[in-house]
Amino acid sequence: MTASPTSKRWRFSQLELGQQFKRLLGALTLLAPPGLWLILFLVLPTLLILDISLVPGLRPGESGDGYGLGNYSRVFNPFDAAFDSVYLQVIGRSLYYATGTTLACLLMGFPVAYWLALMAPRRWRNFLVVAFILPLWTSSLLRAYAWISILRPSGLLNSFIGWLSGGLPGVQLPEQAWLYTSAAVLIGLTYNFLPYMVLILYASLEKLDISLLEAAADLGATPRQTFWQVTVPQTLPGIAAGCLLVFITSMGDFVVPTLLGGASSMTISRLIYNQFLGITRNWGLGSALSMVMILAVSLMIALLLKYGDRDSVKEA
Amino acid sequence: MRLPAFWPLPRTWQGWLTTALFAFMYGPILVLTVYSFNDSIRYTSVWQGFSLKWYESLFQDTRIFRALQDTLFVAIVAVAISSVLGTLMAIGLAKYYFPGKGVYRGVSYLPLIIPDISIAVATLVFLASLAIPLSIWTIIAAHMVFCLAYIAVVVSSRLGSLDPNLEEAALDLGATPAQALIQVLLPQLMPAIVAGCLLAFVLSVDDLLISSFTAGGGANPLPLEIFSRIRNGVKPDMNALSVLLILASGMIAALGEYLRYKGSMTDG
Repeated sequence: MTASPTSKRWRFSQLELGQQFKRLLGALTLLAPPGLWLILFLVLPTLLILDISLVPGLRPGESGDGYGLGNYSRVFNPFDAAFDSVYLQVIGRSLYYATGTTLACLLMGFPVAYWLALMAPRRWRNFLVVAFILPLWTSSLLRAYAWISILRPSGLLNSFIGWLSGGLPGVQLPEQAWLYTSAAVLIGLTYNFLPYMVLILYASLEKLDISLLEAAADLGATPRQTFWQVTVPQTLPGIAAGCLLVFITSMGDFVVPTLLGGASSMTISRLIYNQFLGITRNWGLGSALSMVMILAVSLMIALLLKYGDRDSVKEA
Repeated sequence: MRLPAFWPLPRTWQGWLTTALFAFMYGPILVLTVYSFNDSIRYTSVWQGFSLKWYESLFQDTRIFRALQDTLFVAIVAVAISSVLGTLMAIGLAKYYFPGKGVYRGVSYLPLIIPDISIAVATLVFLASLAIPLSIWTIIAAHMVFCLAYIAVVVSSRLGSLDPNLEEAALDLGATPAQALIQVLLPQLMPAIVAGCLLAFVLSVDDLLISSFTAGGGANPLPLEIFSRIRNGVKPDMNALSVLLILASGMIAALGEYLRYKGSMTDG
């Protein structure tokens, strides 16, 4: 008599358990293979890098000297005997390139995105946006190569300057060394990342509520006031996401500083490269620099996720 | 027919700036194209007349073609495996709730965020510590990490805009979960999967750093070959190669953008 509800409940929970098991099996089939791959080729290698970054002076074939923060202290601690300010200079230069690129992309990208989203004829918008980001699909090496042929000493830019000073009497423009300067790196990075900035800002400006702009104008705001007090605050999440994306990717870029920057434009990613494949092989130091970069980037992303708009991050 | 507002000349300074930046984006590509037809003895910025000789010398260059084969092999194998793994991951993350899901999702975003050099270095050290010899297969294994991450992101964003009722309806009507997945969900996801694969393919073909660190002596993908040639100056046959590759990637891009466009149309 009393057994029947209990057994019913037992059967029910058995059924539930079976379903739970099926769900677990389903989740495992879907998520285990890619998860395993990421653990094997991303998580474990990164943990290994963290581990060997704690071994000062680790070179291939050598065991290194002990375990500790020596590699980090060599980069950051001026009171360390092994401290070399060159590492901080390299980090500073990377940050300088990233900041310059981000500013240039924002200042040029915003008006372009604004025109594409709000002023361009509607039927042409999609086509124009796609056309603007089309160069992104081509090889980044060859895009940098194109700039080499423009900026090199006997390249197009100097030929043009020469032609200009030949054609205009009284004007003497000096031919300059453009290639292997910081300017060349900034031009190349801006060229690479401007389309990303335009794409993200366009997505943000496209969602802008036009009636807000009209309302501001109706209430007597000047176009400038409308822009700074309505448009910019409304698109701030997009601006933040675009700037962060450009900043992070240009800071970690290797191709442009190497090909357009020459020896004087050492950046953090080039320095890491040299610690592993270059002449100065020091795996411990290279790993420490790599960890610094991973931590800096993760911190920036975390800040954006915390204070920014998640949707615009996803679109990025 | 009404002429567009930017014809013949832009009317606002924003329109002018956009025109100028279109020139900035396409100018370098145009320069490469023009010079690839230049009949010069060495590389010079002076126009010497039309010639196809750089294309001829490129087509006789067997190193380039072997490098191209390596690159295509890596990209096709890595993208093919990643298309399955990335799609599984996106569907699994959309469907199931489990402890540690946030961590799993976070890790799946890492390849998009971490700079290439850090991933490349980590993979090299990992392979070296296990004494795995570097070959074309280690490049594929390393490329799969970012390929599956990008494919999963593209598929995830499409999954978010799908109607979940369709799959439930299929299950109610007696389909097994596997049938519902293959016959209902996958066809809806196909444009996103293809778009994700195209993106992953382009990234794999363009990758220099991760390939450099995982290639060893066994393989020599095209970016490594191009990099070693152009880092010490200008080589005219590289112009011809650039033009051909830009044409090829332009076609892939057009296909990708068309799929994206089609995908966004069916959402509304």
